Amino acid sequence: MAAIEGGAAIQAESLPDGSGLTPTRRLVLVASVFVGVVLLWHLLVTLMEVSPLIFPAPASVMKSLYQGIVSGEILKHGSVTLYEILVGFAIGALLGLLLGAAIGQSALLEAVLYPYVVAFQAMPKVAIAPLFVLWFGFGVTSKIIITAAIVFFPVLANTIVGLRSAPRDQVDLMTAFTASQWHIFRMVRVPHALPFIFVGLDIGIVLAVIGAIVGEFVGAQAGLGYLIMQRNFSMDASGVFAILIVLSIIGIVLHSVMRFVARRVIFWTDTHSDLSRGA
Amino acid sequence: MTEMERTDMQTLAERPPAIADKDVPSAFAFEHIHKTFRSKDGGTVTALQDVCFSVGKGEFVTVVGPSGCGKSTLLRILAGLERASSGRALLGGRIVNGPTREVGVVFQAPVLLPWRTVLQNVLVPAEIQGRDRSASLARAHHYLQLVGLENFATKYPNELSGGMQQRVGIARALVNDPLLLLMDEPFGALDAMTRETMNLELQKIRERTGATIMLVTHSIPEAVFLGDRVVVMSPRPGRVTQVVDVNLPGLRTLDLINTDRFGTYVSSIRANLNASGGLD
Repeated sequence: MAAIEGGAAIQAESLPDGSGLTPTRRLVLVASVFVGVVLLWHLLVTLMEVSPLIFPAPASVMKSLYQGIVSGEILKHGSVTLYEILVGFAIGALLGLLLGAAIGQSALLEAVLYPYVVAFQAMPKVAIAPLFVLWFGFGVTSKIIITAAIVFFPVLANTIVGLRSAPRDQVDLMTAFTASQWHIFRMVRVPHALPFIFVGLDIGIVLAVIGAIVGEFVGAQAGLGYLIMQRNFSMDASGVFAILIVLSIIGIVLHSVMRFVARRVIFWTDTHSDLSRGA
Repeated sequence: MTEMERTDMQTLAERPPAIADKDVPSAFAFEHIHKTFRSKDGGTVTALQDVCFSVGKGEFVTVVGPSGCGKSTLLRILAGLERASSGRALLGGRIVNGPTREVGVVFQAPVLLPWRTVLQNVLVPAEIQGRDRSASLARAHHYLQLVGLENFATKYPNELSGGMQQRVGIARALVNDPLLLLMDEPFGALDAMTRETMNLELQKIRERTGATIMLVTHSIPEAVFLGDRVVVMSPRPGRVTQVVDVNLPGLRTLDLINTDRFGTYVSSIRANLNASGGLD
């Protein structure tokens, strides 16, 4: 027993992701690539004498980021954007889950509603964004709605597919034990759907960042997207780069939180991270 | 009603298995079962044709036939998962209209819920039927012990081998003390050695529970080894071509497989299947 566990531990140590790297080595390599890229960036920009208005050197981006943080500007606008992302995501995900559950359970609802859902999805949300701003104003509401609209579809589609992924044998077996539809839904379909739903949520959380920024581009009074536009107009390229870094960090943190939650909720499968990210 | 049947059945189990008798109510019976399916090109396919046989309480009947002979459909009709196109299936004298609480089912795939522990999986039918929690728990432990998995109660299915998973499936099917255990090629996915072990264990389970068992298989030796009676079915349309009473000792050992008597049963059934074109 101990030998087996030891073997598993060694395997986990040496083959965490099929790359053949230990976690420590991987971290070192990733960090080296980062340092290399920044160094190359610095060399190219200085040697080729690129105008800082067009492509700033890493040092000036860092300086701009630092100033943004200490002045509280990034916190002020970042919290607005984060608020839009989280509230929009929550609303979009909830609607996607509810409608997905309804459609996943009923072929009739699917036949009637799904064409409209697909038509809505086919419409680029970026193109509808100006309308939302027109209807709901320059405040956070329009951004929340745009974000929710973008998050909605991947959650919906994955919920539907997930609820139908339960093996027929499993459902038959439950039926033979006199299970009701509700039993089957709760005990078999929902757990089987969870890996799919988490893929949808993971896609959704990344899209939520895009939704909020797009909304702010169209018309806003605050937020990181608004700040990008403002800095772009004042030719502050390093300021824009600094915000891009902040946005990446927000995206990575949200994605990691989602992965963390997924791993704990759907502990029985280790394939959820490799599931198709289409939709 | 159910209580009475239980005690009735337990006393029967101590006697040698009864062959179905007109006077004794059967555990289950098929009466002129026909089943047709609509095929994709709009035609109809006859899966079962006039299937009739009845099985006494505590009897172990095996149904053998080539793939596509409708033997699984027959089992699904008795489990209430499918309806016969005509004719009727009776369970304890009542017509089968849908799934009933008196039946436990095992399929070829163990189909365990991977997010539940072994014990929680075994408890699924008890939860569905809203049975008393502590009594169910006691029965779950009892049947896990019977299938030799009492030390694996807190493991998850993916930590178990295929044979062990199927044993969990058997314990799950037994957890509500069913009067009838239906098994659809339960060991078809297992390797030959595990399969032999499972056949021996199944006899032990049968002896301890006294349940009536119908087991569907395409292995003639398995059908003879396990069955008090073997129902032989022809390829599509599935008909009963032969019902063989197996007069071998009650508790069978693997040595039996090499005896002449065993071989005679197997070759007679094989000849019958050959004659009906089942072994092309």
